[in-house]
Amino acid sequence: MSNSLDSYLVLSGLLFAIGSFGFLARRNAISMLMSIELMLNAVNLAIVAFGSFVEPLRANSSVIALIVMAVAAGEATVGLAIVIAIYRNRRTPLVDEYDAMRQ
Amino acid sequence: MGLRSLILLAFGLAVAGAPPGLVVVLNILGFRGVSWDDVAFVLFAEIMLIAGLLVVTMRDIIKCGLAMIVCFGALAGIYVVVGAPLVAGAQVLVYIGAISVLILFAIMLTQDKVAPTRLVFQTQALPAAIAALVLAVVIGLTVTATDWGAVAIRIESATKDVARALFNSYVLPLEVVSVLLLAAVIGGIFLARHEEGGPP
Repeated sequence: MSNSLDSYLVLSGLLFAIGSFGFLARRNAISMLMSIELMLNAVNLAIVAFGSFVEPLRANSSVIALIVMAVAAGEATVGLAIVIAIYRNRRTPLVDEYDAMRQ
Repeated sequence: MGLRSLILLAFGLAVAGAPPGLVVVLNILGFRGVSWDDVAFVLFAEIMLIAGLLVVTMRDIIKCGLAMIVCFGALAGIYVVVGAPLVAGAQVLVYIGAISVLILFAIMLTQDKVAPTRLVFQTQALPAAIAALVLAVVIGLTVTATDWGAVAIRIESATKDVARALFNSYVLPLEVVSVLLLAAVIGGIFLARHEEGGPP
């Protein structure tokens, strides 16, 4: 089981689906950011699994996974800063109350 | 804690412990193709999936953040099983050490007292759940039906090879990422800072 690429990819797909559900369904902006982190982790798992099972990708996949982690850290920083800036103006973390551009 | 919640807890633990326990028993009985790596994989995978589900469904968002730490830790274990120890170490340092702490601080800065008592999900939660299920099924069917040219046994990626690739052929992306991180740090400070005379 731990020696087949398919099990890792299915696991990664499940985690990605969980993250996408959270992103679509949660009301809280920070919950949505956490769901994005889950999805990024799922993709990272797929990349690393490919690297372990496909010979030409061996060291490259770890490098790509590390770069994805760095980009995810930058994304989390800017995303949370935006959420905090919006919270300072609107006094709520719930995204369905951010309706200033709809009125 | 009442009797009812104890029974629920025991039931949940029994259900959650069944697949890893089954694999352990298969391993001890000596079935072909079942090893301790499989036990570790099933255990970590289950912890990761349950923690991920808790992240997207729990009401109290600070508990969601803590469950996310558990999810990332289990994923680091899976990285060790799959044979990428350097990525596992970076996962612990970056995700558990940095991003989770950042998210927990942001939660503490933005939540008020009444937030946990309000609705957790938006009105389109049911379509979202259906879409996520369809997505999971499609991904599962696709990855199992495709021939990826995978080898039969996984290969450990040595840290030395990773370092060689990182600082030879990937040195330009590395520098670009460092500039990107600097820009993200400056942008984060700029976005979140207090303005003089503005609202607190």
